Amino acid sequence: MSSRLYDNYLKVQKRRQRLIVLSRLSVLAAFLLLWELAARWGWVDPMLTSKPSQLLSSFRELAFEGNLLRHTWITGLETLVGIIISMLIGTVIAVLFWWSTFASKVLEPYIVVLNALPKVALGPIFYIWLGDRYSIYGMAVAISIIVTIIMVESGFKEISKTKLKLMESFGASKIQMLRMVLLPASIPHFIATLKVNVGLTLVGVVMGEFLSSKAGLGYLIIYGGQVFQMTLVMVSITMLALLSAILYGVVNLLERYARRKYHYEG
Amino acid sequence: MAQIELKDVGLSYFTPKQETEALRGINLSIRHGEFVSIVGPSGCGKSTLLSLVSGMLKPTKGNVLIDGEEVTGTSRKVGYMLQHDHLFEWRNVFNNLLVGAEIRKMDLNRAKRKASELLERYGLGEFAQHGPSQLSGGMRQRVALIRTLVAEPDILLLDEPFSALDYQTRLKLSDEVFHIIKEQGKTALLVTHDLSEAISMADRVMVMSKRPSTISSMHDIRFEEGGGLSPWKKREAGLYNRYFNAIWKELEGHVVPII
Repeated sequence: MSSRLYDNYLKVQKRRQRLIVLSRLSVLAAFLLLWELAARWGWVDPMLTSKPSQLLSSFRELAFEGNLLRHTWITGLETLVGIIISMLIGTVIAVLFWWSTFASKVLEPYIVVLNALPKVALGPIFYIWLGDRYSIYGMAVAISIIVTIIMVESGFKEISKTKLKLMESFGASKIQMLRMVLLPASIPHFIATLKVNVGLTLVGVVMGEFLSSKAGLGYLIIYGGQVFQMTLVMVSITMLALLSAILYGVVNLLERYARRKYHYEG
Repeated sequence: MAQIELKDVGLSYFTPKQETEALRGINLSIRHGEFVSIVGPSGCGKSTLLSLVSGMLKPTKGNVLIDGEEVTGTSRKVGYMLQHDHLFEWRNVFNNLLVGAEIRKMDLNRAKRKASELLERYGLGEFAQHGPSQLSGGMRQRVALIRTLVAEPDILLLDEPFSALDYQTRLKLSDEVFHIIKEQGKTALLVTHDLSEAISMADRVMVMSKRPSTISSMHDIRFEEGGGLSPWKKREAGLYNRYFNAIWKELEGHVVPII
């Protein structure tokens, strides 16, 4: 039994929600329309900007005859592998820092400097050490791992000292504290780190592809630029946007699952 | 023989800036099944005393003995109950109860049986599969007590276990906890700021002085109405006010005046 006022409130809320979604879509539509018209009526040079209708036909062409989907798949896979590697290694290092306050104190300034260092500058080194294929992973991991360490470690520090005191009062070992408190309590932090990493690892992968590779969206973008095919560049960028949206969506699903399974509030 | 014994115990804290003497010359002996409350001014080292008995801290002077054996680390005989329940959100109520047993690698089947028995007994049976966030503060603290009991300690250390609760819940829960502890035949040491709680729950109230803390007095709490009164009844008993006033005056003498 809900009152009329409440029904009214729900209706207004729903209408507002619908309006937001509609407006979002119209922003995209307006942008595409403006782009199309501007290119068609010669406000801008289509050679430089390409145009949406051309993108669509060229997408069809590239997807079915060319290798666009393969390139997207390669970039996607590289990103996924990069994320997994940096999450694993980053978490292990964060755990080591928690385990040994001494090591964490000793290495703290190095982490700070590495965090500030533009990892792109390491590109040539990765290329020489790892070759054209694996240097992409090198770049992806280099960009995301330091942030992973810092975020996971700060997550550990946020876990209340008294929760660990409780564990200590039962005589828990460090391994038990890790397994029973630190890791499960850090799940929200892992998800937040994952969200940041999706973006960062993608940057690393595309950067790596710019520098060395012979496949992937980054390669297509560089190639399109070199042969002055703006349509190819634009299509690849669109695919990149789609890819990041999908990855982000997956992380969001993961978050919802974890929330439900582990009773986290919020 | 005394179950818990402190012999001339002293403890100093060290920080880079200073050395703080928290406890000095503490001599204490508690019999099996006894309930002792500890009161004293803020920061006088009441909680430190519990940490010493639990084995999480080592005294810088003297010895702490449990059943005649020197305490060298956390012991299975001791259960600690903290101010906050610290239930793990990622476990349901029932699995939270098993935390102590899991850590101590006790027989899990036995622990599970004990956990469900205690849950039923203390009116939380239907909440076994709930998440901790679905319980009220008082219920959570009861779950925390059961978690401690599942690990089967002989001695319970209670560090202001009710202070985060509202007054009504607090009165009710202190009554319940008292009955649970007596029924289970545990020895208990309760640290509290609440004088009426200290007097109504304990067989003895120990008053500590400000830092460096010593035991300034020990009050045997006995009522004309006889033993076995519940905390609720003790608050109404004839001698209650006399104990209250005596300890109150004593504490006032120790509190640093506010300038």
